[in-house]
Order: sequence, then C-alpha cells, then structure tokens
Amino acid sequence: MIRTVLFAALLAASSVHAQENGRNLAAGCAICHGTQGKPAPGAPLIPLAGLPRDHIASQMRAFRDGQRPATVMHQIAKGYSDAQIEAIAAWFAAQPR
Amino acid sequence: MKRRDFLKLAGAASLAGCATVTPAKARVVVVGGGYGGATAAKYIRLWDPAIDVVLVERDAQFISCPMSNLVLGGFTGMQDISRGYDGLRQRGVQVLRDEVTAIDAAKRSVRLASGSDLAYERLVVSPGVDFLFDEVEGYSAAMQSGNVLHAWKAGEQTTALRRRLESMADGGVYILSIPTAPYRCPPGPYERVSMVAAYFKQAKPRSKVLVLDANPDVTSKGPLFKRAWEDLYKGIIEYRGNVKVVAVQPGAVRTDFDTIRGDVLNVVPPHRAADIAAKSGLITTNNRWCDVDWRTMESKAVKGVHVLGDATLSAAGMPKSGSMANNHAKIAAAAIVELLNGRTPQPVKIINTCYSFVAEKEAIRVSSVHEWDGSTLQPVKGAGGVSAARSEAEATYAWNWARTIWADSLT
Repeated sequence: MIRTVLFAALLAASSVHAQENGRNLAAGCAICHGTQGKPAPGAPLIPLAGLPRDHIASQMRAFRDGQRPATVMHQIAKGYSDAQIEAIAAWFAAQPR
Repeated sequence: MKRRDFLKLAGAASLAGCATVTPAKARVVVVGGGYGGATAAKYIRLWDPAIDVVLVERDAQFISCPMSNLVLGGFTGMQDISRGYDGLRQRGVQVLRDEVTAIDAAKRSVRLASGSDLAYERLVVSPGVDFLFDEVEGYSAAMQSGNVLHAWKAGEQTTALRRRLESMADGGVYILSIPTAPYRCPPGPYERVSMVAAYFKQAKPRSKVLVLDANPDVTSKGPLFKRAWEDLYKGIIEYRGNVKVVAVQPGAVRTDFDTIRGDVLNVVPPHRAADIAAKSGLITTNNRWCDVDWRTMESKAVKGVHVLGDATLSAAGMPKSGSMANNHAKIAAAAIVELLNGRTPQPVKIINTCYSFVAEKEAIRVSSVHEWDGSTLQPVKGAGGVSAARSEAEATYAWNWARTIWADSLT
C-alpha cells in the first residue's frame, strides 16, 4: 500500500519519467505489435496505437487473470504489475493511429 | 546528481535568453545491422533525433536467421526473409556499407576497412557470432570443398544447404550436428530438422534425418518438438543426445566413439562473440562471450561501448534470439539517450518470444519476461511459458512476429 502510494507519488512528480517508463515498457511489445503500436500491414493484430487506455488496461488484466483466452498474452501479461499495465496502456493510447 | 547539474545548466541557459535548450548533438556509431544493431540505430533516432547515428554493416541486405529454416524446407524463399536498409536511412541513420576492423575505446573512434576513422560519443557493438572452426577437426577444409555446411548465419550457406537437400537422392541421410549450449537460437536446430523432415516426407520419403546433439536432450521446447516428431515424422527423424561431433571427413562425421555416414553434412560448430568483439577486448567470459551491465548494455570490460545480441554473456533464462537482440537494443537506446542528455538511465523490462515451425503451417512458441533485480536481468517468475500445443494459429502469429519485428528493427 505504502509502496503503491509512493510509486504513484513518484509518477505524479515526474510526468516525463512516467512517459518514458510507459514508452520503454511498450517498446518490448513492438516485436509483435509494431513500433508505437502499429503492426506490419496485413497483420492479424488490432493496432494498439490510439486505442482507449481503459480498454488496453482491462484487456491486459483479463489476459493476466485468465479471463480472456490467448495463444501467448496470458503468459506475457503475468509479467506486469497493475502500475506497469497502466503505464503501457496510457502510452499506447496516446500514440497517433 | 548529473540530472540536477543538467537542469541547473538548462536553467542558466534559459536565463541567458535561450527559449529552448537543445542538447549538443552527439554521434553514436553502431557496428552491425542485424536484429540488435539495426534496432539500436532506429530507436536512438526515434527517441532523440538530435543524436547522429552511423550504422556500419558489411552486407548490402539484412537476411533473417529466424524463418531461414523454412527456406530449407522449401516453404519460403530467400527474398521473403531479406530486407534492405533504406528504412533506416529514412529515419536519418547514416548507413555505411563497410566493416569496423578495430575499436580504439580510449580515443573513442573506430577504424573502417575502407581506411578512414569514425569518432563516437557512444559505440554500440552488435556483431553476432563467429565460429570456432578449429574445435571440429577437418572443418575448414571440408567447408571449403563444400563437404560440410553450417547455414547458421542466413545467407549463401542457407541457399547452398537447400540445394544439397534438393540434389540428395531419396534414401539419403541428412545429419545435423548441434554444439553444446550456449549457441545462437536454442530451438533453431530442432526447427531445422522438422523442416527438413517435412521436405523429405513430401519429396523423398525413404530419406532420414539424423540429429546428433552434443547436449543431453532437446534444449528448448523439448516435449513440443518430440510430440511433433512422433506425430509427423516417425521413422524419418532419429534423435541422439550426448553425441558430440569432433571431426568431419568426406561423407561422414566422427565422434570420440564412432564414424557416422551421411549424405548431407550440416555441422554447426561451437561459436563465440564475433571477431571484432574478440579483438577489441569485449570478451570477458570463457573466451567466448561479452558480459554487460543489463541496465545499459554497456560492456563490463570497455567503457562507452554497449554490446548487444548473441555476442553477450546471456543473463539467466535468456536465449540468444532475434527478439532478445531487438530488446537489448531498446535497453541500449534508452540508456544512450539518457546518458547523452545528462540523465541517469533506468532499467528496462524486456520480452522474449521465439516461434518455431514444426510443419509448413504449424508452429510452437516460447516466451519470457525479464526484469532488473538490482544486479542483473531475471525472468519474471510465473510469467512466460510455451504453447499448449502446436497449431496453425501459432504459425500465423509466427509470420506476424517476423514481418513486424523486421519492420520494428529496420523501418
């Protein structure tokens, strides 16, 4: 709890840092989802760029908690905390479509 | 501390009348345009266009090792796994077709094969691997006369191996010899024999695939590969663990105990970080690999030099893969941008995903997530894993991965 509050305070204290954190976390996703959330033409994935933040975050949590079936995302989403999921979702949501 | 100094400077500058503070341009040189180097060059430009980036690559084209086993099976062509460097040029990366022959870390400059020197603020070295041919007696001579191939760097040898498989008579034996781990692409050999077996099953069904693995057992996705071999290639693939090839001769390989005849000899020798790493003092461990600070990818041996990809001394649970090299590059790019702007780099969490084909249209996968634990990158417990079963869906996502990571690295 205290850690979460501190983390939130740190994020609020430095929005530049928060954006970079989201940017760096999201960069790992690009190997399948494309640079800045835009996959290769004809890709079988929905572009993440510009999707609503809450939608991205809720789907990540659904993958993580086993509520949404997947081939791979159920395993990858387990690697991220709620705060990290929020940072990733906020960053993708802010990217131009 | 550094950050505060930078902010102080920035404050002073704006008092002096500068409306915006632009950091001084710096030059980063990147050695090697594979999965690691190309991605580093791109992402440094993406995250700070004020930094000049020069990429030095000796080949005209990027040819992907991942998916090259499908060429051996006859399921895709070399042109499908090749890409140019124009996308990086459009990002403002200066791409030089040349080779770095020496690194002078004290002077912060590299020497090019064409003769000139290039100065840098930060150097990225993503050289891949070179082979320890001397560890297999007779290898160099056999390779020169075309009696043995590794095809463990995608390119001419991939094409040559495909031709050998095509010209082999039905009833022949293809041998793949796998070196002791660590080697480039842990599941790669097992995917390769699956692809060759798929081709034999279709085109020359009396032929055999003999796998001689120096490791005790299949090193990656073992149950999934073995299941596919049992279901799809029974009687074609024979797997032998703990068999190390120590010599090659015309038409056969030798272990310490046996001489084993084969018609197509595909012996992958052990390898190490490529020659430029060896002669620049970047190799730190077992005369083979380059240890790095996983927050920045900076070499533990040579300051100002960031080493990426297969050349690194892999952290726990981290394969030598294209996905990892691409992610290493993002750690390095983030760190270099921070350092060149007077800030402190933060650790970056990274992802590995490796697909392997077991049939023309069926694939399997392994994934992991890696995070900084205060001293190194560690796999996140409870995250990652392998496919539930081989499937066409995984094959679709495998091709998506390939096309997307090529675009992510090169455009």
